[in-house]
Amino acid sequence: MKPAIPVIELRGASKGYGTGASRSEVLTDLNLNVAEGEFLAIVGFSGSGKTTLINLLAGLLQADAGVVRLDGQPMPPAGPDRALVFQNYSLLPWLTVHGNIALAVDQVFAEWTVARRAEHIANSIAKVGLTPARDKRPAQLSGGMRQRVAVARALAMEPRVLLLDEPLGALDALTRANLQDEISRIWQEDKKTVVLITNDPDEAILLADRVIPLSAGPGATFGPSFAIDLPRPRDRLALNHDLRFKRLRKDLLEWLTVSARHSSGPAASRPARLPALVPANLDQVTWIDRAFPRRGKNGEATIKVP
Amino acid sequence: MNHPASVPVSAGKVSRADPIMKWLARNVGIPTVAMAIFLGLWSLAARNIQVSFGSLPGPVAVATEFGRLWEQHQAENLREKEFYRRQAGLKTTYLAAHPHGEWKERKYSGNPTFFKQILTSLETVFTGFIIASLVAIPLGIACGSSKSLNLAFNPFIQLFKPVSPLAWLPIVMILVSALYNPPNPWFEKAFLSSALTVALCSLWPTLINTAVGVASIDQDYLNVARVLRLGWYSRIWKIVLPASLPHIFTGLRLSLSVGWMVLIAAEMLAQNPGLGKFVWDMFQNGSSQTLAQIMVAVFTIGLIGFALDRAMLSLQRAVSFGAAAH
Repeated sequence: MKPAIPVIELRGASKGYGTGASRSEVLTDLNLNVAEGEFLAIVGFSGSGKTTLINLLAGLLQADAGVVRLDGQPMPPAGPDRALVFQNYSLLPWLTVHGNIALAVDQVFAEWTVARRAEHIANSIAKVGLTPARDKRPAQLSGGMRQRVAVARALAMEPRVLLLDEPLGALDALTRANLQDEISRIWQEDKKTVVLITNDPDEAILLADRVIPLSAGPGATFGPSFAIDLPRPRDRLALNHDLRFKRLRKDLLEWLTVSARHSSGPAASRPARLPALVPANLDQVTWIDRAFPRRGKNGEATIKVP
Repeated sequence: MNHPASVPVSAGKVSRADPIMKWLARNVGIPTVAMAIFLGLWSLAARNIQVSFGSLPGPVAVATEFGRLWEQHQAENLREKEFYRRQAGLKTTYLAAHPHGEWKERKYSGNPTFFKQILTSLETVFTGFIIASLVAIPLGIACGSSKSLNLAFNPFIQLFKPVSPLAWLPIVMILVSALYNPPNPWFEKAFLSSALTVALCSLWPTLINTAVGVASIDQDYLNVARVLRLGWYSRIWKIVLPASLPHIFTGLRLSLSVGWMVLIAAEMLAQNPGLGKFVWDMFQNGSSQTLAQIMVAVFTIGLIGFALDRAMLSLQRAVSFGAAAH
């Protein structure tokens, strides 16, 4: 690690809403350094202020106290150098896939020639494999495809930092796994600085170089930084049996669970979120026909693994 | 549940025509019966009610009157064509005799027919509607994007929205007489007064709906605009306006129907040669056809209002890009 200026830096930053007695602190005393080219994941409970945090990092919100810096300078207002991918995609529904990306490209690269912009738009769409859907509107796309468009739009801005706000939270497990692999692939291609906010510890460990847990709100703050030294590319099936992975996940979950127990917020009254199960290789599973009632005619289990 | 592919072809009684017949019976049958009952009651009333100039006209009398108005319109058209043909002839003869003379074109001065009056009414209502939209949409966007502006305008909106066109019209007419005196007027004063009254009464729904639409734009869209650092103009044109189009069109549709309703009253008082004036003139006439002619006008006004509303509804649907979209 070179002792360079962090891309994004938080020093004692806090943010709350309301005033006087009705004031509620969402985030308190945040300290963070995001290094150039690193993939950082922040894991937290729902409602612990994750979206507020990413808005601080993007410059969409101002911290009430403390310092937020970009490249050592006070955080400027939101701009295309900190591209955001929102949980609910926030694609403009009246524009096609192409139109949504063109809006960003035409604005950010206004000085380019028309031909160069057109090529850049086409490449951005191709990067997430949506070329056949370029003239469709968001309403005609599945959730996974919409999120791909949102990722393509963010990447098309060629940002310094890519901020992902629970980008896969609204997707089903299979689509989610697919897009995780895709994000991982895209990141390994151009090693941009990425900050991923998620509620899924497995997703965080699978994708990131470093994972920081966010304690349960109100007044959420960062826990210790977990360095993820698992080799890339990471195979989600192999990871399941990796001792380091298991250990990291256990430590991370333990920290989050303990933080929830000490919190007065909504997360405390809920059982801790269980980790998402990563599909195992079903060929090796022997207990499955004991676990299910037998329905086959000759006593055979009817489960087939392709 | 009712999967068409699973219905056996030879199932006889459970044929696929059944639901269609049911639909027809319901959606065509019931209105037809209702219409027949209405016409029956109307005929009955017509036979029994005597008014100062004869009996109340029944459906047949009104239909006949409509035919007569159409014939009048065609006869008048012929006369107008004949007038201009004759004028063209006179012009050639005159210019042949006086090569350097000046020929003054004359306009045909026949009475406007019922159908010309319909066109005048439509012109007037659309002029008023366009004026109203040009004022209401920008103002609505301003009110929707600024809380202070909204607070500033709200009292006026609440105050002026319920005012009847009959109250606006005299003010508008006086102001038009005072302020609109060009040497070569583009519009008649009566036309302008009617259109402005329509505009004054119909701008409120568009204004309110636009403001609501703009104020309720998804914060995410505005965040997109901020991340992209869109300028003021791009933000309005590329994000705010399209995002609130469904609301704006709801407002426009309400405005047009208010405007059409207001127009008839405005034309009656301002003597703009449209449907309102037609109704008023017929009323003043007091001939034996008066009531039949007014009833023709009533049905025409109703039908045109319905058609305008339908047209606006399809426009409104065209701009509502799937509710499921985010």
